[in-house]
Amino acid sequence: MIDNWRDAFVDLGYFASAILFIVSLNRLSSPATARFGNRLAMAAMALATIVTFFLDAVDHNYLWIVLGIAIGAVIGYFPARRVQMTSMPQMVAIFNGMGGATAALIAVAEFLGVTDIGRGAVLSIILSAVIGSISATGSVVAFAKLQGLLPSRTTLPGNRQMIAAALIGSMVLLGLVVLLLQGGATAETLLIVTFIVALAAGVLLVLPIGGADMPVVIALLNSATGLAAALTGFVLGNQVLVVAGALVGASGSFLTLIMARAMNRSVGKVLFGAFGATAATGSGDAAAEERPIREVSPEDAAVSLAYAQRVIVVPGYGLAVAQAQHGVHELAELLQDRGVDVRYAIHPVAGRMPGHMNVLLAEANVSYDDLYEMEQINDDFARTDVVLVIGANDVTNPAARDDPTSPIYGMPILEVDAAASIIVLKRSMQSGFAGVENELFHDEKTSMLFGDAKDSVGKLITEVKAV
Amino acid sequence: MNPDFLMGAYVFILAIFLGVVLISRVPATLHTPLMSATNAIHGIVLIGAMIVLGSVESWWLEAIAFIAVILGAGNVVGGFVVTDRMLQMFKQRTPPVRPNAAAEQQR
Repeated sequence: MIDNWRDAFVDLGYFASAILFIVSLNRLSSPATARFGNRLAMAAMALATIVTFFLDAVDHNYLWIVLGIAIGAVIGYFPARRVQMTSMPQMVAIFNGMGGATAALIAVAEFLGVTDIGRGAVLSIILSAVIGSISATGSVVAFAKLQGLLPSRTTLPGNRQMIAAALIGSMVLLGLVVLLLQGGATAETLLIVTFIVALAAGVLLVLPIGGADMPVVIALLNSATGLAAALTGFVLGNQVLVVAGALVGASGSFLTLIMARAMNRSVGKVLFGAFGATAATGSGDAAAEERPIREVSPEDAAVSLAYAQRVIVVPGYGLAVAQAQHGVHELAELLQDRGVDVRYAIHPVAGRMPGHMNVLLAEANVSYDDLYEMEQINDDFARTDVVLVIGANDVTNPAARDDPTSPIYGMPILEVDAAASIIVLKRSMQSGFAGVENELFHDEKTSMLFGDAKDSVGKLITEVKAV
Repeated sequence: MNPDFLMGAYVFILAIFLGVVLISRVPATLHTPLMSATNAIHGIVLIGAMIVLGSVESWWLEAIAFIAVILGAGNVVGGFVVTDRMLQMFKQRTPPVRPNAAAEQQR
């Protein structure tokens, strides 16, 4: 309750801040207003931060608070300025981890520092300690994988589901005991043990998840940190934390579901399932050598592109790896100057985080009007002369539609094979993340242009200019 | 039941629903900036860290809270800066400019 004028002023500030956060999310729903929305969120954050200094409970350590914020700001600002757009997923992951760690540390400090806490607050503390820690270490592992510091997929010794069950079970058990004890030395020790188990759980849960599942994982970790922030709000009785945290939690969960649906896999399967294990890889390799594929020279590919009426570009993670986005845009502009209608088809899970391809193409100055979502463009492939697939694989595989025995059967795909001809830029004949042979590459309408995506696009540009 | 806690629960549930409604309107094009913006927004835990650092007494709790403030501030600042950089790039095709207008722009 409001006890004095200072806290009343602070509460009003928090209230305004919460409203600003809501409005800012609303603004983020359109490319035209999104930047303003982000600025509003910054203002909301600044307001909430400033009024906190006037909170009655905050009565000392002002200098340390300012110093901490200054150090954090420096740590956050410079990498954020410098990071390349292709590395955005790992950047988001690491900032997410910092938020999760903050929530977990607050929970621990609150539990150890405050005597006489209510049951509800204890429950919130346990949950935010656990969720925050999992999010922290999980994000660090996700970062390491995306950055290439860890292999894309690590197999844990032993059964993955068993490990997960053991970790979750022990955290639930520890949490219950802490909740029953509610305070005291034993409870404090056990909370720290819970905290450590949760840190380990974050590592062990994310470690076995493969690179192409990262869109789901990052969205989920984002949601987790949001939830941890909301729980911190419960602990401190601070509604702006509850509002902002819940908004993020909801947004992250929603994106997680969208991503999982776009892969036709449940979130549970992504987290705990073994995907594309033994069966899938076995059949793929054997078949690959026998079946014919058609290779095409850059000259021929350029000619068919230049004389096409309608071209659709399908970008995938390979484009990000090769940093080919600028070249692709240059190529598209050359074709557009020749009167070719060029559009981009973006699969929801292309890349390593939701909307990854859109950001890369935006960086290369591709207008967002030229970017089409799967549902919008799928019917148009049949009326398309040439589809240019750049570093995308599983999201174009017709087996997902036609072959019930395929491990990716049921995953919504871009109907690339409906086009009159398909040119695939690819590094090698290796199968995609799922370890599944792509039927598209053996289609008689498909021709393959092997090589690094950036080099291949460069060659195409030269050749189109020469046409 | 603690009224503060119950109040928080009300706010939490309403905010979850609001969040889902707001986010479901965001086009796929903006999913990465959205994620990055919400990523910055959950940096609001910074405020929690500030409150703890400003209220606890023992030095080692202060140390924990100080680290929390650093991490929270990093989350906030980094998150907003990358989001802004990304959103700055989202452009519509510039409409064909009339020769006069182009000349004016150059001046």
